[in-house]
Amino acid sequence: MRRERVAAIILRQFYLIRGSMSRVLPLFVWVVIDVVLWGFITRYLGTVSMPGVNFVASLLGAVLLWDFLTRVMQGVTMAFFEDVWSRNFLNLFSTPIRISEYLTGLVLSSIATSTIGLATMALVASLVFHLTFATYGWMLVPYLGVLFLFGIALGVFGATIVLRLGPAAEWFVWPIPAVAAPFAGVFYPVATLPRWMQGISYALPPSHVFEGLRAIVAGRAPSPVGLAWGAVLAAGYLLLACWGFARVYRYGVRTGLIARYSAESVT
Amino acid sequence: MAHAPHPDVLRVTNLTKSFGEVRAVDGVSFRVGRNEIVGLLGPNGAGKTTTINMVLGVLAPSTGAIEIEGVDLLAHRSVALERTNFAAVYSALPGNLTVSENLRIFGMLYGVRDLAARIEALITQYDLQHLRDTKCGLLSSGEQTRVGLAKAMLNRPQLLLLDEPTASLDPSSAREIRARLRASVADGTGGVLWTSHNMHEVAEVCDRVLFLSRGRILLEGNPRTLPEEHGKADLEELFITVAREPLTLAQG
Repeated sequence: MRRERVAAIILRQFYLIRGSMSRVLPLFVWVVIDVVLWGFITRYLGTVSMPGVNFVASLLGAVLLWDFLTRVMQGVTMAFFEDVWSRNFLNLFSTPIRISEYLTGLVLSSIATSTIGLATMALVASLVFHLTFATYGWMLVPYLGVLFLFGIALGVFGATIVLRLGPAAEWFVWPIPAVAAPFAGVFYPVATLPRWMQGISYALPPSHVFEGLRAIVAGRAPSPVGLAWGAVLAAGYLLLACWGFARVYRYGVRTGLIARYSAESVT
Repeated sequence: MAHAPHPDVLRVTNLTKSFGEVRAVDGVSFRVGRNEIVGLLGPNGAGKTTTINMVLGVLAPSTGAIEIEGVDLLAHRSVALERTNFAAVYSALPGNLTVSENLRIFGMLYGVRDLAARIEALITQYDLQHLRDTKCGLLSSGEQTRVGLAKAMLNRPQLLLLDEPTASLDPSSAREIRARLRASVADGTGGVLWTSHNMHEVAEVCDRVLFLSRGRILLEGNPRTLPEEHGKADLEELFITVAREPLTLAQG
């Protein structure tokens, strides 16, 4: 793997963000809106529920971490969409860049942009609603890692869909987090779901993260098996997503999809 | 011990590409030597762009082999493409980046050494000084062509693929660019595969031409003597015959 080619993908993203307010603002604005909305909801719930329930840590914290996963996913897909929107595939894929280098560049770009989002969320939630991530202890680090890996996997999966189906298919990608959220136990314990939904829920890495976080907030020990299972699932999904992207790319080179990529030619 | 450079910058052997029942390229073989400009000519749909896309590694052949300086493109795509670059009228650089940003990013992708100096030299050479901080999407089509050519020269490619490189340029700029590209080929060690519908340009620039028709090479030869060999007044008349009556040439 050539670092310079990976750096080129990251630098491209930096140039685009630096030169465009419409790319800078989304890094902060939606995050702040989510924190404010859910911050006031949790504050209200705190006033009408029985004492001792920490809605800020259990609900607002979960919302922010789900937001983090969404930002990670969008960091990958947005960087990929830049090549779609600028019709850059022919220029890009006729260079010596390898698919592994391209995907690594997208992932590292996403790390940079999602870190900005996470820092903003943490700052606003802490200053305005007194949420402290210290409540979760050191377990937050591996849990963030699992969410990060799964966010990357979803991002690569979304890019694969658009690569295969064409630019118009980006509308399949944006709702992915919203579709996954009811199954992922972000807002409620997985046991709340009907049996068939629980089966899907346990196959999603975030479910194990949010079950663990709720256990910590409730003063119980989180399940190390749940964490390990979540990490294995997230790594597996990531490998599967990268394999799928490479396979669709090879299909595109075989069929002419890469050379003639446009909404008209592939949908 | 240093290896002698491979005699051909491009060797294409029995190349075929089928899309379903349609055979877009049908058993094409040719080579591009060092210090040589080869014209790939033919009417729309003859298979020129399909051939170029296969040489660029963005389209896999159904059968056949492509070697760039002796490196098998299908087996060693990345190594082969380090020696290649291209400019095409239908493939503008991203319009949301400036000229210098685009050149920097593509220079990094091609692994260009001493990139800053190389970019400066190309910006001067292609008269882009006043446009270096302008987004490419705001440039005129002629300016975009010059930026595309600067990008194509970034890595001093041994194989340069040019698909109608002067189509958007005024006659004066086109002549200047042609002269520059010819000088670059004469002074360096690489070769060029050039497609154009401008037969005067082809006659001026190319050392050898290949006429493609329905995915096959119909004619090959010196663009200045080929028309007379086939009883035509000039290259344009020969082109029209290839486009309208290819069988008369194939039988002849």
